Amino acid sequence: MNDVVIEAKNLTKRYGGIAVVKGISFSVARGEIFGLLGPNGAGKTTTILMLLGLSDISAGTARVLDHNPVREPLAVKRRVGYLPDEVGFYDNLSAGDNLRYTARLIGLGRAEREERISRSLAHVGLADVADKRVGTFSRGMRQRLGLAEILMKDAQVAILDEPTSGLDPQVTVELLDIIRDLKHRGVSVLLSSHLLERVQSVCDRVALFNEGNIVLLGTVPELGRQVLGGGFRVEVEAQGEGLAEHLARVPGVRKVESAGPSRWLLLAEQDVRPEAAAAVVAAGGRLLRLAVAEPSLEAIYRQYFHEHPHEGERHAA
Amino acid sequence: MRREGSALNGLGVVILKELSDHLTSVRMRVLEWLVVLFALAALYLAIQQVRETTAEDPFLLLRLFTRAREGIPITFVAFLSILVPVMAIGLGFDAVNSEYNRRTLSRILAQPIYRDALLWGKFIAGLLTITFSLVALWLLVIGLGLVLLGVPPSAEETARAFILLLVTIAYAGVWLALALLFSIVFRSAATAALVTFGLWLFLTFLWPSVLAQMVAAVIAPPDPGYTALGLPTPETTEWGQMLSRLSPSTLFGEIAFVLLNPDDVSARSLGAIYLVQLQGAARGALPLGQSLVIAWPDIVGLVAGTIVLFTIGYMVFQRQEVRA
Repeated sequence: MNDVVIEAKNLTKRYGGIAVVKGISFSVARGEIFGLLGPNGAGKTTTILMLLGLSDISAGTARVLDHNPVREPLAVKRRVGYLPDEVGFYDNLSAGDNLRYTARLIGLGRAEREERISRSLAHVGLADVADKRVGTFSRGMRQRLGLAEILMKDAQVAILDEPTSGLDPQVTVELLDIIRDLKHRGVSVLLSSHLLERVQSVCDRVALFNEGNIVLLGTVPELGRQVLGGGFRVEVEAQGEGLAEHLARVPGVRKVESAGPSRWLLLAEQDVRPEAAAAVVAAGGRLLRLAVAEPSLEAIYRQYFHEHPHEGERHAA
Repeated sequence: MRREGSALNGLGVVILKELSDHLTSVRMRVLEWLVVLFALAALYLAIQQVRETTAEDPFLLLRLFTRAREGIPITFVAFLSILVPVMAIGLGFDAVNSEYNRRTLSRILAQPIYRDALLWGKFIAGLLTITFSLVALWLLVIGLGLVLLGVPPSAEETARAFILLLVTIAYAGVWLALALLFSIVFRSAATAALVTFGLWLFLTFLWPSVLAQMVAAVIAPPDPGYTALGLPTPETTEWGQMLSRLSPSTLFGEIAFVLLNPDDVSARSLGAIYLVQLQGAARGALPLGQSLVIAWPDIVGLVAGTIVLFTIGYMVFQRQEVRA
């Protein structure tokens, strides 16, 4: 039993001499949710297509479930479920018929086909619209149907390209629940996104893409330490005159950043919440809130591109 | 580099899906009605003509395909040569690009099949759909001929008509392969349809009768000796004929002419015929085998054209990126 389900070594893709993926290496462990993050055009989708054997690999190697996607694409595609960016279905067919077509392509027998289709549709909450034409489906329903296809396939690895883009918050939460559920079934998930906040909540590890390179790789707290520096980040919300100066004088505080009206962010060497509270009260201020801030991907991301502005020039939106 | 598994894995599934799409589509309904109505009209005109003129004709059934009422120069074969391409292009122009535009391609290709299966499936399903319509049409013509003329066709007539059916399917194959090729090359279905229909118009109406002759006159300029006598130069005529055979419509027209007019002396050769060759030629109808020998190069040309167009499409499709 190999515990690495996806392994990329020096994976490179060139289009007409221009490299869009520049020798990236990463691996995904069994049962892990791994996020590929980065701006549009950073090479995430190209990487995914190479792993699936849908795009040629210019240099380097990829192994998916111990198969080579270039030489054994069928073995890879039999075991891997793929939800493309803005997944499309045949609008003139019903949800069930769309899955039936895929199930036939996979080669499932009739009895198993029907059993798996109704089970997976029920799982994503589409059981009552199984006979409705997909043309009437909303974007969220299509995404869920795409996940139903992966469930039906009984895939060991699910590769999801921008699964939450363009969805409203409620649907996004439902979708992320289904993705977490995949993990509980022992399915490894590789997902790409440019929506950081959402992704942070499900990913075990992330790789930050920029212009065809992986610039950061690890768990979110690890990346936080790497990019934002060690130490504690304490958020203070208080009303009063000249509080910033008082807070800056608290022992252990290295820096005070303004984070909006009456709000400050303290970068400190240790947990300075008691001292900060005392300082605010001593200065006659009204303390409203005090908390240790978790590093957010958003902050890591912004800080990284702040420090490496030339690499981030192409980053739009 | 060897790939694992069969390239045609899942082919049957794709064919069945595409076939059911075709047969239930509105487009197909329209095409079917178009074909049936036009065929009936042509048949009606032919039968009127045949009834008036023919007392004893051994090839009465074949006349249904080739005769038209005076003043209306539209025979059943002429109808076929125009309607079959329309049908084939109508079924094929959005075969591949619609998968891109519906964003289904990457999802389908992420299933354990090769691209080969998808392309072959689409081509075969399209050809089967056209075959169904053509067989129905063929039976309709033979049946109506029996009823309206009251003369049972001979075995040879039936064989000739059947070979014409096969040739018509091959003719449809060329246009279907062309439409499929453009549906791969152009992402926009409208562009693909326009280009395919444009090329069809060019190859059918412009090339054989006008442009091929112009090009021939450039390659082999007319001999003043012949021109002075008011005769065409044989070389120029031959070049014109060869060039016009680049058009599938020309090939189909020639094959149909040879197959359906066994008793016409000019159907004994597809090149220029000289008076000398006709002098002393045996009277009477040509046997089926001989007609086939004459038409064989043209038939091969149709099939070869299909293979070439499909292969180009296949190569382009294999190299294309999946992402829309």
